[in-house]
Amino acid sequence: MKQELFEQKNQTHWDSFTEMLGSLEAKRKKDKKNLQSAEFPAKYRLICHHLSIAKTRGYSPQLIQQLNELMKRGHRQLYQYRNLFFYRFLEFITTGFPQSIRQNWTYIWIASAIFYLPAILLFLLVMAFPDLIYNVFDPHDVARFESMYDPTSDRIGRDRQSDTDVMMFGHYIANNIGVAFRTFATGLLFTLGSLFFLLYNGIVFGALASHLTMLGSAETFYTFVVGHCAFELTAITFSGAAGIKLGFSIIAPGLRTRVQALKESARECVSIMYGVILMLLMAAFVEAFWSSNTALAPMIKYGVGATLWVLVIVYFVFAGRANESRSAL
Amino acid sequence: MLDTSEKIETPEGVDLEVVPAGVIVRCLAYLIDFSIRAVIFIVLAILLGWLGDLGAGVLSIFVFLLEWLYPVVFEVFINGSTPGKKLMKLRVIQEDGTPVKLSSSVIRNLLRVVDFLPLGYLTGMITMVLSGNFRRLGDMAAETMVVYDDSVNIYSISEHCQRRPLPMPFKLFEQQAIIQFSQRAEGLSEARQFELANILSPMLSPTTTETNQQAVDALHEISNELIGRTSGEQEVKS
Repeated sequence: MKQELFEQKNQTHWDSFTEMLGSLEAKRKKDKKNLQSAEFPAKYRLICHHLSIAKTRGYSPQLIQQLNELMKRGHRQLYQYRNLFFYRFLEFITTGFPQSIRQNWTYIWIASAIFYLPAILLFLLVMAFPDLIYNVFDPHDVARFESMYDPTSDRIGRDRQSDTDVMMFGHYIANNIGVAFRTFATGLLFTLGSLFFLLYNGIVFGALASHLTMLGSAETFYTFVVGHCAFELTAITFSGAAGIKLGFSIIAPGLRTRVQALKESARECVSIMYGVILMLLMAAFVEAFWSSNTALAPMIKYGVGATLWVLVIVYFVFAGRANESRSAL
Repeated sequence: MLDTSEKIETPEGVDLEVVPAGVIVRCLAYLIDFSIRAVIFIVLAILLGWLGDLGAGVLSIFVFLLEWLYPVVFEVFINGSTPGKKLMKLRVIQEDGTPVKLSSSVIRNLLRVVDFLPLGYLTGMITMVLSGNFRRLGDMAAETMVVYDDSVNIYSISEHCQRRPLPMPFKLFEQQAIIQFSQRAEGLSEARQFELANILSPMLSPTTTETNQQAVDALHEISNELIGRTSGEQEVKS
């Protein structure tokens, strides 16, 4: 069949398919319902058929391009990922997140070690040599931290006493989640970025805690930290673990190509990062509205902090066990 | 063909062709998005400035959202293009040609941090050029591609309706070349049409030398013969 005849025979079909695509792309609800019949896939398949005919018969590139365009748009409409957002979200919290943490427990332990061991080391070192704090921070920062956790102030953990809870909430979200994202993403550089951020944060945390303890601000500091640290510290180590996993897939791809290994690990890491975002949102909420409150008795704060730690650990150890395959562990 | 088109295998067994977008056009799209974000930030900063500390808190949440979620929201919920990409006629798709998924969009936008290093998306640009189909590290990890959106088809039917028998048997690719010339002619300048047609004029009529326009017409007529054009009454398609 010559090209012109082929076009004449099928032009009406192409036009009606184009029209259908137009209304599907406009995403009007009413149209969508009308099109949920078998009509669309059948028409789409016919377009695919025409395209392959046009290619094998050597019709002009213009016609092939036109059909390719139609097929591309049809493909996009037919093969969509349905967004069952609410269902997926529930599934993720009850099973998906704790399962993916357990599946990656080696990375979690490595990241935790890289964060907590330097923290403990620096804590002890600053205890032994108090002047070491000035090697970690400059004197100006040390003074700032001292005033933030001054036992006499009525709001702790703030630069300025006038800062309100809401303002700090926003600040914590922007800052902490940003840090977590960077800790994760820079892991792509052969894990180096994640290692750096974990190490750095561990050192800062250990040195500061030690310095404030000796200064007599221990109670203000710990009552402030204890509330949200269950979420915040775990979330930071998780994002570091995800970053290390990402970078390690490039260093040791196993039997896959490096790009393939990267893709697969990225897919797993992103679900950890979703969880990290949720944890840091909770942490920011607790930190802004609960931790900074000095009206509460220290014992209540320690109690709540300990409860949260227990909850976090129980959640990650036991949640979503029911339908987890044994081999995953 | 000398282009960057990429073939995607589909369940229908027919390859789908997409054209990945290069460095410059994506830089432009990024700059547009950057300016839009900057404007939104300035407007918000002025408006929320009136609310004092509460405003400052809300503002830092917005800064966070603008920095990290702006591309994700547009890519996933608004047809795979941020406003900048939309203006440059680009679109993010999965490697298999389907619309971009939420998790892929999150991956490719989180990993911007690395593509940005050491400065000004240098890593991203280098990997884009080396990857063969213009993918930065974030795209590789997320299994995505940035492609040109539905391209404009230059497809014109010449007004010539006569047919002329083939002066000699043509091979398939030669036939295609002639048809392609006929259908693209409208988009070419007259001088370029003459230039191209003149290459073939000795072959079209070895005895007489044809003038420029005659050579072009001859090609149209041969093309009509090849595609089997029947009557003079053809509606012009666009």
